[in-house]
Amino acid sequence: MSAIFKRGLPAIQVPHHKETAACHTVQMPDPPQVVIPMSQHIGAICEPLVSVGQQVLVGQCIGRSQAKVSACIHASVSGTVTAIEDFVTTQGAISPAVTIDSDGKHTMDPGLTPPKVETVDDLYRAVYDSGLVGLGGAGFPSHIKVDPTNPNRIHTLIVNAAECEPFITSDYRAIIERSEDLLHGIRAVVQYLQIERCIIGIEDNKPKAVDLLRQALRSEADGRIKLHVLPSRYPEGAEKVLIFKTTGVIVEEGRLPADYGLLVMNVSSLTFLGGYLKTGVPLVSKVVTVAGSAIADPQNVIAPLGAPYRSLIDFCGGYVGEPGEVFMGGPMMGINIYDDGLPVLKNNNAIIALSKADRIQMPESNCIRCGRCVAACPERLLPAMIDRAVYRNDIEALRHYKVNLCLECGCCAYVCPAKRQLVLSNRLGKRKLREADMAKKAKEGQNGK
Amino acid sequence: MANKLQVVTSPHIRDDKVSTARIMQDVLLALLPAAVAGVCIFGARALLVIAVSVLSCELFEYLSCRLLKRPNPLRDCSAAVTGLLLALNLPVGLPLPMVIVGCFVAIIVVKQLFGGLGQNFANPAITARIVLLTSFAGPMTTWAQPAGFHTVDAVTCATPLALLAQGSQLPDTLTLFLGNHGGCIGETCAPALLLGGLYLVLRHVIRPTVPLLYVGGVALGSWLLGFDPLYQVLSGGLLLGAIFMATDYTTSPITERGRVIFALGLALLTLAIRCFGSYPEGVSYSILLMNLATPLIDRWCQPSPFGARAAAPAKKGGSAS
Repeated sequence: MSAIFKRGLPAIQVPHHKETAACHTVQMPDPPQVVIPMSQHIGAICEPLVSVGQQVLVGQCIGRSQAKVSACIHASVSGTVTAIEDFVTTQGAISPAVTIDSDGKHTMDPGLTPPKVETVDDLYRAVYDSGLVGLGGAGFPSHIKVDPTNPNRIHTLIVNAAECEPFITSDYRAIIERSEDLLHGIRAVVQYLQIERCIIGIEDNKPKAVDLLRQALRSEADGRIKLHVLPSRYPEGAEKVLIFKTTGVIVEEGRLPADYGLLVMNVSSLTFLGGYLKTGVPLVSKVVTVAGSAIADPQNVIAPLGAPYRSLIDFCGGYVGEPGEVFMGGPMMGINIYDDGLPVLKNNNAIIALSKADRIQMPESNCIRCGRCVAACPERLLPAMIDRAVYRNDIEALRHYKVNLCLECGCCAYVCPAKRQLVLSNRLGKRKLREADMAKKAKEGQNGK
Repeated sequence: MANKLQVVTSPHIRDDKVSTARIMQDVLLALLPAAVAGVCIFGARALLVIAVSVLSCELFEYLSCRLLKRPNPLRDCSAAVTGLLLALNLPVGLPLPMVIVGCFVAIIVVKQLFGGLGQNFANPAITARIVLLTSFAGPMTTWAQPAGFHTVDAVTCATPLALLAQGSQLPDTLTLFLGNHGGCIGETCAPALLLGGLYLVLRHVIRPTVPLLYVGGVALGSWLLGFDPLYQVLSGGLLLGAIFMATDYTTSPITERGRVIFALGLALLTLAIRCFGSYPEGVSYSILLMNLATPLIDRWCQPSPFGARAAAPAKKGGSAS
């Protein structure tokens, strides 16, 4: 059966805009104030461990949760806690946030030491203490991925170095500048989880990184780490697509890569892990690509967590003219920021500001059933039909068209000649389907089935 | 924070090279050679028919959209495309009031009454032509002798397919190819149509699947049935229909697999009508019938979503993805 699926998945070409690829990452100075939310990850919100007026040091743990699916939060600057208030994320969720006024000295917590890792339990503990979450944007707590009590045996580690979104080059710079840390991180995961092989999936628009990795892997002691060069199309870096392209495995609806013995980790996450194992400094800063037509001097910036986006933009020369749209992440799946004073989060890897001229919102017109969206969808869905079903409120059609499989990658909306908001209607469709299913379950529960 | 920043759903970039208006404009450009050829072969009246058709379609579209409070569509040029395509499907001598009736059917009945752009159940131009054929059979089957650019009092003649049916002297292949024979304004000149088709393929407006399979199917089938395949391909409205009307997005299947079935169905129907039916040409009816079958074809040809599992009998939680 899987032989039929061996044919390629649809993908699209988007402009790469990798102008910042040659920009060496630069550390920006600590801003006067940082605001660190207690929820920057998938899972339970952390409890603040500090109180107003307390002095904190860089790397000090300031938030923790008892729940397993959660991640620790650490102070990114040294200074005084001046407020702990509710904070609203761009997604509308509310969590407390710790505001720290920086003393400008960036004093490290003297208690930070490289973790002693000899077993997989040590690794689990270490990853948990580092506060690492999926740095590719997902924000999934990473310690769960290396959980030794996980019943599924992981046999393959896939390193996601695709970075298929336009503009973003932070992963690429991680490979170029810190390949030692990357390999150290990979080796740790492979060794302690007794993984049989590792595949690094990288796009071919990064020839320097490909060569560098090839060189580094040639001198690897055991041949367990392999490089897989992917065509530069979007969305090669989507988890399911990457898994299929590198291993041929199709992750079925409702199941996880772990069910197939696969573990996917972002290349920046592994680079951080490698560095953490050497230095013991937890996740307090992030490499953020600041780019776009409305940024004066696009660069890759090492920003302390909690720094306002505005401070990063000012560090990069400020805006060019009036920005039309600013979003975190890439242009295909990124989320708009309505206020550039909002803080940098763990799962941010880019701030893109597009000028007003670049962001003229074209009005939606009727779907002409041209089929471009169907040809572009990597999940082989029918976005045009889902769109029609959403506006008809046809739940059964939505179920039939499998809208729940939609990655929200944006391929369909990108190619649509009628400029329809297809990702929006897919999201609406998913929600309608979920609500209908929940209502049905509730009714069945009531009827005592 | 001084700036007013726009907040919209992702994606934040679009393929600016493509838009509905641009697609329609490309189709207009692609039809231009056939229109010019029609005027050259059939005379100045062809230009009149084209002009009346395009203007009527635009007028009907504008009025109906105002009446039905739909956003102004003339911007997307789709009415102009329908007008031009309809005109190319008519004999040059058709009285102008009948042309206007055709435009009414195409724009108001087939398109606007069913929801406007993207909602028509069949190709507007083809359906209008069929309505005119059944309503005004005489004028719709009166073919003028090609007289070059000067209008001549109608000297009637028969189309190549009619000649074949009558068993009369057939035009030679070159005449057939260049289109210097009786027929609708835009259907006779093969090089003009092929040029337009090539343009559309290169501009990624249409895929060559449907035209190639349709025309190829008719050629193969007619050869198998003992007819001259080249004659069949170059006669009637096959090239015009295959390139410009069978490829209409709205009324053809949305998947490639579906388009293959669609094209083969078209070939089968056209052959059946031409060879076994009493009409000398079957392209119009084939296209209409396959348009009606398109929703069914779409349902058969739905691609299997990547990683989808067949719907489990919903007992417990099921796939709570």
